[in-house]
Amino acid sequence: MSERPPLRAGLRDAFLSALVALGLFGPIVGLVTEPGERGLILVPHFGTVAALVAAVFVGRLLILSWRVVRPAGTPTPRALAEWLTRAGRYVAPVLLVVAFLLPLSGERYYLDLGILVMTYVMLGWGLNIVVGLAGLLDLGYVAFYAVGAYSYAIISTTFGLGFWTCLPIAGALAALWGILLGFPVLRLRGDYLAIVTLAFGEIIRIVINNWVSLTNGPNGISGIPRPTFFGLTFDMSGGPGTFSGFFGLEPTPTHRVAFLYYVILGLALLTNWVTLRIRRQPLGRAWEALREDEIACRSLGINITTTKLTAFAMGAMFGGFAGAFFATRQAFVSPESFTFIESAIVLAIVVLGGLGSQLGVALAALVLIGLPEQFRELQEYRMLIFGIALVVIMVLRPRGLVSGRMPTATLGKGEPHEIDADLVAEGRG
Amino acid sequence: MAYALQQLINGVTLGMIYGLIAVGYTMVYGIIGMINFAHGDIFMVGAFLSLIALTGLAGFGITAVPLALALTLIFAAALAALYGWTVERVAYRPLRGSFRLAPLISAIGMSITLQNFVQVAQGARVKPMEPLLPGGIQIMKADDFAVQLSWMQIAIVITTLVVLSIFTWLVTRTSLGRSMRACEQDLKMAGLLGIDTDRTISLTFVTGAALAAVAGLLFLLYYGVIDFFIGFIAGVKAFTAAVLGGIGSLPGAVLGGLAIGLIETFWSAYFSVAYKDVAAFSILIIVLIFMPTGILGRADVEKV
Repeated sequence: MSERPPLRAGLRDAFLSALVALGLFGPIVGLVTEPGERGLILVPHFGTVAALVAAVFVGRLLILSWRVVRPAGTPTPRALAEWLTRAGRYVAPVLLVVAFLLPLSGERYYLDLGILVMTYVMLGWGLNIVVGLAGLLDLGYVAFYAVGAYSYAIISTTFGLGFWTCLPIAGALAALWGILLGFPVLRLRGDYLAIVTLAFGEIIRIVINNWVSLTNGPNGISGIPRPTFFGLTFDMSGGPGTFSGFFGLEPTPTHRVAFLYYVILGLALLTNWVTLRIRRQPLGRAWEALREDEIACRSLGINITTTKLTAFAMGAMFGGFAGAFFATRQAFVSPESFTFIESAIVLAIVVLGGLGSQLGVALAALVLIGLPEQFRELQEYRMLIFGIALVVIMVLRPRGLVSGRMPTATLGKGEPHEIDADLVAEGRG
Repeated sequence: MAYALQQLINGVTLGMIYGLIAVGYTMVYGIIGMINFAHGDIFMVGAFLSLIALTGLAGFGITAVPLALALTLIFAAALAALYGWTVERVAYRPLRGSFRLAPLISAIGMSITLQNFVQVAQGARVKPMEPLLPGGIQIMKADDFAVQLSWMQIAIVITTLVVLSIFTWLVTRTSLGRSMRACEQDLKMAGLLGIDTDRTISLTFVTGAALAAVAGLLFLLYYGVIDFFIGFIAGVKAFTAAVLGGIGSLPGAVLGGLAIGLIETFWSAYFSVAYKDVAAFSILIIVLIFMPTGILGRADVEKV
């Protein structure tokens, strides 16, 4: 505690904030346009405006007084994240054990939630290769997710092939699209790359929406086959060709859901494993070098073209796998599932996690996907809260949850020391 | 021929709206080098503010069109400017000097916030409005096709030209405009020479938001229907316009807007309406790859 809070200045500041809030919320919240007898009419909601303005006034006062009275020992977000980084060693195995044991709970709700979160973890890990490691800002990642999903949906419904046959095909097609996109944008960087990938993602969605003969347009494709367990289906009949019949179990839909959960868990762990392995190889190091400084990278004789294209292809391939899984899990795909907002959510997971950090991405997916699911009742406010949370998190912790990073190579014999995020240019890959 | 002339008129009208939004993108990119992702949504908020104002004015019995339009324009521009100021203050200023992804993510968050805020506050349904200025004049008639120039289109073009003239005066003749141009050339040096850079950046956002609100009003008048999602597509197209004209160049933004409006209109008229957005997005990709400096832009020299 230093001196007394300058009460007068604080009140003035809060009053001005409330005034701004009145201007912002007054018309948009206070005067709702509703269809009337002749055209639109305005329905006043001044009570809500008053509540919002009061909330801003009180909130601003609280923030200001918190700044004055904050005791020195309170953990700031930074200290918290440092603790998280140190604890990461133990957090990761615990998360893994929990993830493996989750189906034992037998609760359908937790399994569905687990599948959803794991899908985003996998997408996050896939995008992490492109954004986190290679530093190529991709705002159209959902395009590859869509390519994977539609590849599986179309191939399986047309040729009658199963999930496990189509999975590599879907991945390969997505990787091909990754390279096709990668070629023209090799020269672009930063924000320009972001906006071009965004445009690419939108083009794919519009084409899917309009190419009715191939994709059935906005109606989507239904009746996509479910995956099988070594040829055993998850039929409810309990016959000899089914999972329950073969193992002599009571047929229950939980088997199928639990199986799907383990499939996505396996796919996600595969993504993680491949990423971790590649990071120790020349290719992975070239990616990270590219992210930190493209010119230096080029001067040292690294082939920028192959480095970028492999990153795009690899990221796209895992996106395609996730897409194929999404299609088989839903048994239905439509263009609605592949809007820009999905790309934004996955990118938010990667950045919030701390670019390049595998554990961070998993935690961020849990926070951004798992938590909002708990607030299902708040339906229409869910995306509003998501947007506000994104801004608040970026302002408080622009470097993500798990900052700090182990160098992949060190000089001499000494133990590698962790490097703080603020000391490196782009991320901590 | 008559059909093409009609498309030309429609394209120029649409292009004016895109140009007004594009100016906001290009100014912000010129000064702080970030894509203000929420700018399209400020445009959407401007359209909603205009709708509220026009509905309210009609409720008070003010139906004289020029008066109603002028009042609405001032109301929407002022409040949208407040939105622009708040967005910069809350979401971008704390991140200035942070690594380059941070403001972009924050901007995406702001865009999602604004969209859903308007959806929650005003409802998800589309808002139709009766045409304010019905009718028009027939310019020519050939092959049973009458070329129409509606009063609305004339109003849109005149409003845009007036607003852009005021804006050009602001940028080229006032001390604020001089500060803006100085910050655009070299932010750090401008700061060293005594320009309040924070204030200049704030005012840049305010100006851009006001122009976007004017575009919102014109969009509402032209199409007669808006919803909370119009900002995204219009935003991407306006950004395309800014890039096409040469990012950082103000006349370029207007020129790019006209080009995008014309391309989109002619594409819809002669090829396919369903793929009109694909046309705009493809142009964005092609321009960035083959002509990254745009029509009027300067080449970016990379220093090591």
